[in-house]
Amino acid sequence: MSGPPVQQTSPTFVGMPSFPEAAREALANTQQRDNLRNATHTIRAKRAAVVAEVPEWEALRVAGADAKDEALTHLGDYLEQLEASLTANGATVHWARDADEANAIVVEIARAKGVDEVVKVKSMATQEIELNEALEAAGISAWETDLAELIVQLFGDRPSHILVPAIHRNRTEIRDVFLREMAKVGRPAPEDLTDEPARLAEAARLHLREKFLRARVAVSGANFAIADTGTLVVVESEGNGRMCLTLPETLISVVGIEKVLPTWDDLAPMLQLLPRSSTGERMNPYTTMWSGVHDGDGPQEVHVVLLDNGRSHVLADAVGRQALRCIRCSACLNVCPVYERTGGHAYGSVYPGPIGAVLNPQLRGTASEVDQSLPYASSLCGACFDACPVRINIPELLVELRGAVAEQGGHRAESAAMKAAAWVLSDPKRLAVAQRGATTAGRLIGKRTITKVPGLGAWTDARNVPTPPKETFRQWWAREHENPGEQS
Amino acid sequence: MSPATSARDEMLARVRSATADVTTEPRLRAPDGHDDPREARTPESVRGTRSVASAETLALLAENVADYRAKVVRVGASEVAGAVVAALREAGASSVVVPSGLDPRWTQTLGEAFSVVPESEATSAQVLDSVDAVVTGSAVGIAVTGTIVLDHEPDQGRRELTLVPDVHICVVRADQVVHDVPEAVSRLRTASGQQRPLTWISGPSATSDIELQRVEGVHGPRTLVVVIVG
Repeated sequence: MSGPPVQQTSPTFVGMPSFPEAAREALANTQQRDNLRNATHTIRAKRAAVVAEVPEWEALRVAGADAKDEALTHLGDYLEQLEASLTANGATVHWARDADEANAIVVEIARAKGVDEVVKVKSMATQEIELNEALEAAGISAWETDLAELIVQLFGDRPSHILVPAIHRNRTEIRDVFLREMAKVGRPAPEDLTDEPARLAEAARLHLREKFLRARVAVSGANFAIADTGTLVVVESEGNGRMCLTLPETLISVVGIEKVLPTWDDLAPMLQLLPRSSTGERMNPYTTMWSGVHDGDGPQEVHVVLLDNGRSHVLADAVGRQALRCIRCSACLNVCPVYERTGGHAYGSVYPGPIGAVLNPQLRGTASEVDQSLPYASSLCGACFDACPVRINIPELLVELRGAVAEQGGHRAESAAMKAAAWVLSDPKRLAVAQRGATTAGRLIGKRTITKVPGLGAWTDARNVPTPPKETFRQWWAREHENPGEQS
Repeated sequence: MSPATSARDEMLARVRSATADVTTEPRLRAPDGHDDPREARTPESVRGTRSVASAETLALLAENVADYRAKVVRVGASEVAGAVVAALREAGASSVVVPSGLDPRWTQTLGEAFSVVPESEATSAQVLDSVDAVVTGSAVGIAVTGTIVLDHEPDQGRRELTLVPDVHICVVRADQVVHDVPEAVSRLRTASGQQRPLTWISGPSATSDIELQRVEGVHGPRTLVVVIVG
């Protein structure tokens, strides 16, 4: 496809196996499946309850989608307006075409400040560009301060959910890693730490407070960037975001260009849609809004890095661009029957679940095995579309992407099967032979279910083949017409 | 041309070519709000006296604030200082930081019972870390969501005042309470160049990161008391 360049797959995910292959390992992990089932079902119920409280929910979804569409379809104008507003408010705006450029900008600012550490607010954009690794390579420690991100970082693990990245870990695993790892990077966990969530949260509070109080540079993302006022918005729960956005002298925010909202008033639908869809709360505990530098309050040096990294490539597809409406609420993950069983790691990206199955091949193209397989990581049941607060038609986009993958030569197993099917179906004699073969199998197999067909491994791994009938339609027709008297 | 400029130009060119199929005009509004039929509000009008919220709206605010496990106290205008003192005692606080613009009558009453740290002396997060509590006013209360919005005017102080101490006592007047989020967003819209930093608070600091079990109290104040006046 021509147009703007795709995103380079980040080093962590280069050479990822296809989704079915990666999923097989995840499915065998019964602890993880248990954790995931509990978690997704809990949050699903919470979301359903608070969405039901809002009678005009559907109108809100439409308003949210409209606001994002307005920004996306005129993105050039709104980016320029955002830049002008931010600059007028005293912020410095940087533009980054790709991950390397964004990382270089952040590293350069941190170096200029002479720091060897930064504190971080949970941010999907900085995970996407692997900023922590880039900072590490420059000798700068990046401390994740969201509890789940801290857990993931202490494990040396990867996030598996957009909202609750440590969803695949349970309390006992978390206690163990706190006891083992906290001391290596700062204040140790209390020796008598139990696996009570309240005690674990307390341990994180103590461990991170010394980092908050001494940090001079913070790095964040933003949930929304408002073009007409030059305001950035970060939505969070724990207060780690407020710490990072308030205490350090310098704040660097890495913001995907699709985060732009045209006007201040667009916050009205968004601040209703996001918390209810995401954590299943009427409102999240803390939201911080800042408009550049505020005299005498908060960071006095404010940088904003506007990030492309494949987004303009997605934007160029008139149907596919609706995926850029995504506000990273993760409601689609929590309702997805596939995600519930496989977890997030099999998606081979920081964006898992249904939206990841769409966004990754859109952002990165469909050259790699994992990106070719992702559009198929769905039963197309449509639960994700129903749950999406900005009405992204994920099943429609998955089907579009399957078409794109098929056109370029296809998902390997499926295209082999389809080629064979086309050869058989194009000639009645071949079909008759094939069908007779199948009924022979049917008579031999009886009522047992077929779970494997030699030569169709990848196709039948995820599907049971119906037991073949004992005679074909052709055989039935011939038999019936030879004995017309038997017809009633 | 510096590399930064060329990145900017290239990104803008990319998004313009990506949206070349779009035929509608943008609904761009001037940053000063002139093109906005809803007149941009000044901070003064946001904070000016307004009609008092209905009894139902105040009751809903109290219910929803309490639902997210903040403590709610409802008092008449003359009872605020007493209620604040009682809340601080209950939280076990002995020192309290007060914003420079806090109602001087409240500050005076607090001084009789607690060690009061004026905002001007709380010059760093380290100093604030040794203070038990903070008492502030607020800008807007939102009934439907149980939210208090701070715009960090002098009666609320710099953002770190309401972040580092472990107890936050927040006073909201009936005329500051709105029913829902759109009303709050509308009240908080300010003219260009006059934006305030905003903190929206709905209950005490919380996390659901461990097995999605909600735990109150991570980094922000673990005790939040909302005093509703009127």
